[in-house]
Amino acid sequence: MNSIKKYLGIVWFCLAPAIIYFLVQGAAANIDLAGKKDINNPLIWIIIISIFTPIAIGFMIFGWYAWKKEYSHLPENSDEIK
Amino acid sequence: MQTKTRQIWKVVTASSVGTMIEWYDFYIFGMLAKTISLQFFPEENPTAALLSTLAVFAAGFIVRPFGALVFGRLGDLIGRKYTFLLTLVLMGVSTFLIGLVPSYKTIGMVAPALVLLLRLIQGLALGGEYGGAATYVAEHAPANKRGLYTSWIQTTATLGLFIALVVILLVKLNMSDVAFNAEWGGWRYPFWISILLVLISIYIRLKMKESPLFEKLKEEGKTSTNPLKESFSHKGNFKMVLLALFGAVMGQGVIWYTGQFYAQNFLETKCNIEFEQSRTILLWAIAFATPFFIFWGWLSDKVGRKWIMLLGMLLAILTYRSIFKTFMEKTDVSAWNTKLETINNQKEIKTYGDSLIVTTTHLNFNTGAKAVMIESVTNNATKIEYKNKHLSSQTYWEFVALVFCLILYVTMTYGPIAAFLVELFPTKIRYTSMSLPYHIGNGVFGGLVPFIGLLLTTTYPSDPLVGLWYPIAIAALCFVIGSIYLSNKIDTNVVD
Repeated sequence: MNSIKKYLGIVWFCLAPAIIYFLVQGAAANIDLAGKKDINNPLIWIIIISIFTPIAIGFMIFGWYAWKKEYSHLPENSDEIK
Repeated sequence: MQTKTRQIWKVVTASSVGTMIEWYDFYIFGMLAKTISLQFFPEENPTAALLSTLAVFAAGFIVRPFGALVFGRLGDLIGRKYTFLLTLVLMGVSTFLIGLVPSYKTIGMVAPALVLLLRLIQGLALGGEYGGAATYVAEHAPANKRGLYTSWIQTTATLGLFIALVVILLVKLNMSDVAFNAEWGGWRYPFWISILLVLISIYIRLKMKESPLFEKLKEEGKTSTNPLKESFSHKGNFKMVLLALFGAVMGQGVIWYTGQFYAQNFLETKCNIEFEQSRTILLWAIAFATPFFIFWGWLSDKVGRKWIMLLGMLLAILTYRSIFKTFMEKTDVSAWNTKLETINNQKEIKTYGDSLIVTTTHLNFNTGAKAVMIESVTNNATKIEYKNKHLSSQTYWEFVALVFCLILYVTMTYGPIAAFLVELFPTKIRYTSMSLPYHIGNGVFGGLVPFIGLLLTTTYPSDPLVGLWYPIAIAALCFVIGSIYLSNKIDTNVVD
């Protein structure tokens, strides 16, 4: 199981930039100042991309930690977290 | 023993009532969004429209996680009791004030600016409330009943939605549409009612004592001096924050929103079910499903939290498309193979210029179902739409059962999650550490369900169910991560 945890870390690490890429691509394709729908509104895309970028970075870090076997053993008490 | 039990129920009641009121306050804005935008954010004014977007999107996505950080930090520094008392006051006052802001017609741009500000305060307060309430209850609960007691907190979001639906429905049914939508009309009543609810809740909460675990830490001088730093810059804790978010809360967030908001919106806008039926379907389903929050919370004390939450996600992944497909099929009027009692009994024909003729026909079926058929004929084509569909009694209850299933998944993923999050983090930074992943999971991942749904529907218009791929994909990702990385072990010691 620990090997699966470790190697899946690479998947999570790579998935995060892919998500950002698709969001930016979605913004470029749908922003339309003359459009009436929410997905045409640039402000919404700015909010979503700016809030999702740190989350995606967090996902990369999660993948990195998994790769570094940080999740091979989960802490069983708070002393292990410190 | 009896005194202890009475004490914990006091804690659960005081915490749950306050949290439920906060959810109620947050939801009435969303449910009345159409009326609010007419009153405060007229589309013809681009700045007002911009503020409207900020009010709807920023409040949920940015401010809720930010509120989690601000109040989480405060809760770990000064204590749980005063922090979530503060969030309750902020929420109550801002909600009440929204109901008092004069419209755009009366005070111009000041109106949308004020409403935006108050909406942001609402988001901030909500971000701080949940973590405090869950932590407070968990820190009072005995280890073997932590899931059970915290599950009462978990009912509050759904009950807040339920009360918001009931209050709006009652107000709306007791007056005309004109009276409801007037500048000082009925739509303001749900906001005003909030202040009464909040005052009662403040009174109850003021009588409560601080969390015993936090008190102990305080006495020993072991409280955190910088909870934000300890939560997010210490690798040992930060990795657990990430695990909580990607292995549990992200999936729970999309299931929560899909099972309740997306379902209601789908019934109303895609299936075109009339206002009253689309809401009462949700109300019945919530009423039947809510006890299951408690059941799963109780069960999680016996068998662990992990697999209950993940099973809820798996069921959602496997059945979402077929459930929503059934909604579509059963509301397809052209396929209603039942005899019409009367047809064309109220036919109206309107002609627009010389190219468009619109015929409205009220259809009544012998099953009790009704629909309005709108036939638009232009020079080149004929388009038929069915609106205001009223389902037959049998279909209505079938829909209640299906929405019940959707909310049952919500109860499975959401019921045990408070206990799960509390057990993941140490006392001194618990409020901060659990609040952030919770509000990112629910506010961002969950809050994006309608937007991404719209994005997918616009990109792939041939599939009306395409919007479901977003919650299915997120829940599937979360299911994989949760299955592999999470532990099912119940941490009996949350005193550390």
